[in-house]
Amino acid sequence: MKISGLASIPRHVLLAILTVASLAPLIFMVLTSVKSPDEYEQNPAGLPHTVTFSNYVHALVDLPTLTWALNSLLVTVISVAISTVAGAMAAYAISFGTFRGRTPLLMGSIAAIMVPPVVLVVPMFVTMVNLKLINNLGSVILFYSCLLIPFSIFFLYNFFRTVPSELVEAAVVDGAGPLRTLWSVVMPLAKPALVTVGVVNAIWAWNELLIALVFLQDERSRTLMAGLTLLQGRYVTNQPLVLAVATLSILPVAAFYLLSQRAFVRGLTAGIGK
Amino acid sequence: MTDPALVRSSAAAPWGAAADERVRPAGARKRRRQLWSYLFVVPAVLGMGFGFVFPLVTVVRNSFYAGSFYKLSFVGFDNYRFIFGDDVFIRSLTNNFRLLLTVPFMTIVALLVAVILNDGIRGWKVYRSSIFLPYILPAAGIGLTFSVFLQFNGGLNTFLRSVGLSSIAADWLGSQTWAIWSVGGVVVWQQLGFGVVVFLAALLSLPPEVTEAARIDGASWWQLQTKIHVPQIRTAIEFFMVTEAITVLSWVFTYVYVLTLGGPGNSSSVMEFYIWKNGFAQGSVGLANAAAVVVLLIASVLIAIYLRLRARPDAGARL
Repeated sequence: MKISGLASIPRHVLLAILTVASLAPLIFMVLTSVKSPDEYEQNPAGLPHTVTFSNYVHALVDLPTLTWALNSLLVTVISVAISTVAGAMAAYAISFGTFRGRTPLLMGSIAAIMVPPVVLVVPMFVTMVNLKLINNLGSVILFYSCLLIPFSIFFLYNFFRTVPSELVEAAVVDGAGPLRTLWSVVMPLAKPALVTVGVVNAIWAWNELLIALVFLQDERSRTLMAGLTLLQGRYVTNQPLVLAVATLSILPVAAFYLLSQRAFVRGLTAGIGK
Repeated sequence: MTDPALVRSSAAAPWGAAADERVRPAGARKRRRQLWSYLFVVPAVLGMGFGFVFPLVTVVRNSFYAGSFYKLSFVGFDNYRFIFGDDVFIRSLTNNFRLLLTVPFMTIVALLVAVILNDGIRGWKVYRSSIFLPYILPAAGIGLTFSVFLQFNGGLNTFLRSVGLSSIAADWLGSQTWAIWSVGGVVVWQQLGFGVVVFLAALLSLPPEVTEAARIDGASWWQLQTKIHVPQIRTAIEFFMVTEAITVLSWVFTYVYVLTLGGPGNSSSVMEFYIWKNGFAQGSVGLANAAAVVVLLIASVLIAIYLRLRARPDAGARL
């Protein structure tokens, strides 16, 4: 579509400015992370004169960065798995079953997506203390799993209802029970939707800070995000080191994004209409 | 093998309407039909009960109590009276509402970018990917980067001075005037791409015939956008504005925690930070709960609008 309301050059300029603005802080982060603290002091904005990876070595060898990353990975994988299974089963019952409370459950799920975690975190902290789960990854896994269920239900329901009911009926006629039909008929069809839910939820869990900060106070039990904020306070005079860990926390997400961009865009724009 | 009547009856409720329908008494059949549905929703209902309903009920109840986490005593509305007389809370509330100003700004910029990308400008996918990238990155890592980048002698100011703009090189995070707006700037930096993607997805799903017809009728580019395209993606615009309003009112803890810790002198505190500080740093649990209820009340209004937008019958049809 070539329309000349805005000539092509100003449009490219606008987009180029926004692209540079989007990437500049990230470039700054990476460049700073390969400077020595002394060099950063002298030259905070420019290209590094000497590239050093000592910050990364320091971060990985002397600091618990790897432990934190592993904690984050565990938390992310387990809570995404739990919430996806629970969400898929509920979404399937909402799509193909009959039970009292079907509409309230669906509406409740949509509303719950936007409930701010800060409202829930104080009572949940007390609960976790009572369950003796503070400083235990289990606390975060449990709470994240619950928090991720509503979006999983909402998104998978939107997908399941596009599955032709003839397929489900045919499976029933062939004698398959609900679990069997969900697993061998609907799930294979829903693969793209499941990938999307997994990607969106995984990034949410990996990125979450408030809950991790409150539930995991012990240094070694932290997730990467909570650990990162600990370093910020501790290494105020060594910004390159802190930004090396920040780079390490962002890198997996950026790589994941590049691999799963389509799934991601689909997940975030689902259910908006026009 | 497939009796049409059977298929029809099972269309409403596939299981339980199986072949042995005739031999089962009506009550048992009905129960069996529904039983699996109930079993299937049990994990989700338990999870949401534990993760949402229970803490929501508790936070409202506990907002009328004061004391420590384990020893609470009833104080009626005292917590509310206190926070609404507390300058720090009022400042926090005001700051959340200041951040609301980012919403129309982001909406307009994102719309402009989306309609330009929708024209199929060369390299639109690259632009879209780069502008969207910040949105999915961890706010903690991003905020940390900005906390260094925006220091008085950090990357941004060094750059500004080197190009002769030292007059606008402010103390972005260290000045009472600027701190909250710097937080807002980082929010915009991270959330703008979300708007672009939402609007662009909506624009790309519009039927080309309407655009075609308008063009044949001699509509200018500007008319095409303002009279044809933008009105058709109204729902997407409303969705984005509501989502972002909820975000800036109640999901910005990470930015504040990492960028300014509410400072200098509480000047960039927000309600979430106030809750965190009272609940977990100062042990004033009652105040934290009362402030949480205020956040909840404000968010509820927006969530109701959000629910109306997302639960529309035609919503979610495109995957």
